[in-house]
Amino acid sequence: MASPTAIRPSGGKPSPRRGSLYRGAEGMWSWVAHRITGVLTFFFLFAHVLDTALVRVSPESYDKVIETYKNPFVNLLEVGLVGAVLYHAFNGIRIMLIDFWSKGPRYQRQMLWAIVVVWVLVMLPGAYFMLERNIRHIFGGGA
Amino acid sequence: MTTAKLTSEELSAAANHAIEAPNAPRKRVRKAGQNFEMYSWLFMRLSGIVLVVLVLGHLFIMNILDGGVHRINWGFVAGRWASPFWQMWDLVMLWLAELHGANGLRTVINDYARKDGTRFWLKVLLYASVILTLALGSFVIFTFDGTIEYPTGN
Ligand code: HEM
Repeated sequence: MASPTAIRPSGGKPSPRRGSLYRGAEGMWSWVAHRITGVLTFFFLFAHVLDTALVRVSPESYDKVIETYKNPFVNLLEVGLVGAVLYHAFNGIRIMLIDFWSKGPRYQRQMLWAIVVVWVLVMLPGAYFMLERNIRHIFGGGA
Repeated sequence: MTTAKLTSEELSAAANHAIEAPNAPRKRVRKAGQNFEMYSWLFMRLSGIVLVVLVLGHLFIMNILDGGVHRINWGFVAGRWASPFWQMWDLVMLWLAELHGANGLRTVINDYARKDGTRFWLKVLLYASVILTLALGSFVIFTFDGTIEYPTGN
């Protein structure tokens, strides 16, 4: 973690909000979300390597398992996973800017809102294109 | 605190925090070979930068450009891994994501496990899963044969 406990030369108890990156408010919640999305992605990766390994067993066994993913429910899970990874990636870049850019800590809050905005802007069309097929299917469009 | 139970290492660590004379020369607290956590911290950031390209690229190509899971079957994988470029992409992504994620999980275990025994066994489980994932994943990428008979074709 990026210096979770800042050592204050002035000593004394830190005031909860100002100057403390990981306690309370945006700094803490962005970290909580970063941790949850990271762990979630790690577990998904484990499952994803196992299912893909079936290509080495036989074409039939791979296709059989992939077939079970082709439904609206798994489609929603996919959108959730993409959203989680996207947040983790953007916030990871924010963490690196906080750590390595001299003005990073000062702008950490603004950078969080910036990645939230970018996340929404990417997820809106992203979710649409990912769900398009099932939306058409359910609401009876052409496709 | 019972002094008798402290190891010599803990004692010297405690000594390092004792109040020193204001003009005492700066002492090197960290011993050589104890940089692991620093390298692990750095690795999270370096691998993170590369993963932005590999993982976001992978998600974008697979879920949007190539039409998502509905398009995917064995023939699709065979077509993709016919190219050494995508084989390498997937191999590097596998190793970096697995090591990055496992190193992150190591931190999470260190943070939340309260008993030494719990921490130890959670890490055994974690490292076993890392070895399994990396070995199996690499084996599959290296030995996959996309030219075998496949009834439904591409
Ligand atoms: C897509 C690009 C990614 C970027 C830019 C990124 C960046 C980061 C950064 C900067 C950290 C913080 C490390 C620290 O605080 O010292 C981190 C933590 C973590 N990452 Fe990633 N990461 C990415 C992808 C992934 C993937 C694919 C996984 C899962 C396999 C993952 C799992 C984790 C976990 C579990 C943590 C630990 C969280 C914690 O300690 O609270 N990350 N990541």
